[in-house]
Amino acid sequence: MAEVEFNGEKFQIDEDGFILDFNSWSKNWVMYVKEQEGIDELNDEHWKVINILQDYYKKNGIAPMVRVLSKLTSFKLKHIYELFPSGPGKGACKMAGLPKPTGCV
Amino acid sequence: MADLPKAAELIKIDHKPKAKGWMETPVNIRPGMYCYAANPKSLDYMGFPNVREWNPLDQDWKLPNNWKEILFEGIRERLGRFRSFKIFMDICVRCGACADKCHFFIGTGDPKNMPVLRAELLRSVYRNDFTMAGKILGKIAGARPMTLDVLKEWWYYFFQCTECRRCSVFCPYGIDTAEITIMGRELLNLLGLNIDWIATPVANCFRMGNHLGIQPHAFKDMLDFFEDDIEELTGLRMGVQYNKKGADILFITPSGDVFADPGTYTCMGYMMLFYYLKQEYGLDVTWSTYASEGGNFGFFTSHETMKRLNAKMYAEAKRLGVKWILGGECGHMWRVITQYMDTMNGPADFLEVPKNPITGTVFENARSTKMVHISEFTADLIRHKKLRLDPSRNDNLKVTFHDSCNPSRGMGLLDEPRYVIQNVCNNFCDMPPNTIRENTFCCGSGSGLNAGENMEQRMAGGLPRANAVKYVQEKHGVNMLATICAVDRAALPDLMKYWVPGVAVTGLHELVANALILPGEKERETDLRQEPLPGMEDGTDE
Repeated sequence: MAEVEFNGEKFQIDEDGFILDFNSWSKNWVMYVKEQEGIDELNDEHWKVINILQDYYKKNGIAPMVRVLSKLTSFKLKHIYELFPSGPGKGACKMAGLPKPTGCV
Repeated sequence: MADLPKAAELIKIDHKPKAKGWMETPVNIRPGMYCYAANPKSLDYMGFPNVREWNPLDQDWKLPNNWKEILFEGIRERLGRFRSFKIFMDICVRCGACADKCHFFIGTGDPKNMPVLRAELLRSVYRNDFTMAGKILGKIAGARPMTLDVLKEWWYYFFQCTECRRCSVFCPYGIDTAEITIMGRELLNLLGLNIDWIATPVANCFRMGNHLGIQPHAFKDMLDFFEDDIEELTGLRMGVQYNKKGADILFITPSGDVFADPGTYTCMGYMMLFYYLKQEYGLDVTWSTYASEGGNFGFFTSHETMKRLNAKMYAEAKRLGVKWILGGECGHMWRVITQYMDTMNGPADFLEVPKNPITGTVFENARSTKMVHISEFTADLIRHKKLRLDPSRNDNLKVTFHDSCNPSRGMGLLDEPRYVIQNVCNNFCDMPPNTIRENTFCCGSGSGLNAGENMEQRMAGGLPRANAVKYVQEKHGVNMLATICAVDRAALPDLMKYWVPGVAVTGLHELVANALILPGEKERETDLRQEPLPGMEDGTDE
């Protein structure tokens, strides 16, 4: 497991750069992933996705399936990819501090 | 995460053997070709030994000092317990019939992916320390001592086999090389050397009943979401039942179907079929939020772990007092049930011999395991004309069928899925004969290798399957690849996108549900994916 530092804050991450502990998520983490993802400016739509992902995760202990995310945000999948070029999992979930899902997925 | 080479690069495969002997060729663990090491937390949760953080790329794997002792004791114990293991170690004559049958060898050209050589990695050590000939003659008898490099080679190549068993079909001695991989992985687990894509689903499943770690309320939330979508499509709510005591049948499917596209459409298909059967025939099917996983990644870990995870399905069936279990479109689950269940957690005497109450068919093949594959069940319903179907709703599809390794080679389920497809679709054609049925080529991502970090490995391993799909795409215009395994549904879309753009992936029951005419439904305008039905392309939003 590796550690990254951004704006003086340290984060433990896994091999794919996902944060290890959801509780250590912070705004600095968002800014760090934003840079990694090459997103110029975070707008309200980015934050809407992040907030919805986090609310769902807190309630259910897992990221929402893509179709649910699309419904909850009312963004089509294509638009989510426009917001987060690496997609809902590797981009949006990473930024929101959620772990990767594993199994037959 | 390693970058995936372009298809034009990956297709340049060199099958010419190297001048140097395989024993002298050291292992080269390459990013893109392996999965990350197991998360210590997941191993710890299961009580597995030698838990630690380690990195396959590091020189030092932080092994316990007595690792060789542990390994040899592990081999000794298993040679005594498993006659198959002992026989498979002894009887190979290295004829080479299996050599070019492995999708990983075809796709990588790496000689150590020849099934015979993969097995030799372990056999050579067995000969050296467990046979007289090897002890005396050493290398002349094909023996070599166990070293750290050999251990790394085991790890790299036993996690570069999907336990698909295609090689075993061609072995004149009937050696099941998958069982050698299974044993190899079991031994590696004694040293804490699992991969995370297996270890974390195992821990999740043990703790929460499914690989993804979906909690009961979230499981219901997901099926509720499908309820809404189906209502939009048909005007009806399916009324899914959970944990219902005294139901006729307990239904268990892989959690991938509940969570990941396109499996989610297959899941909607199950729900619609059960609604139909309830309305028309009063059949009472319950889902369980506890036994919420058909798959069993324990199978990719060790026999004990497989047994621990398999037990819950039967415990839940007993608790609910159902008659028998209906299983969803899963792959390796069926090998676990067919090959191991009976002597592992069975016999399940408290359940009834599965009989379809609608048709009267007794599923003799499931007499002892009490678990029926849904494609057999649906084929039986169709055969007895118990379903009203409109196959023209699938007329936009030209379908071919990928036999998933375990249901085909592991349980002989070859004709039923095809029979179902041909009754719910008007356009079906098979891929070439040497790539289907018992000879089917693996998706390249089975046995817990469907992670994100080993994409090169997956795309190389999936090449033979993709190549056969490409053939029917070019020859017959195939645009849909149907399959009955959740790993397939997760893995094949990536594979198609990479090698055969233009072919989508579906489960069987998505096709069934598209064609199924539900009692009281409104006129459908779209299929389950909310794409316009054939003939309905005009007048929709997009």
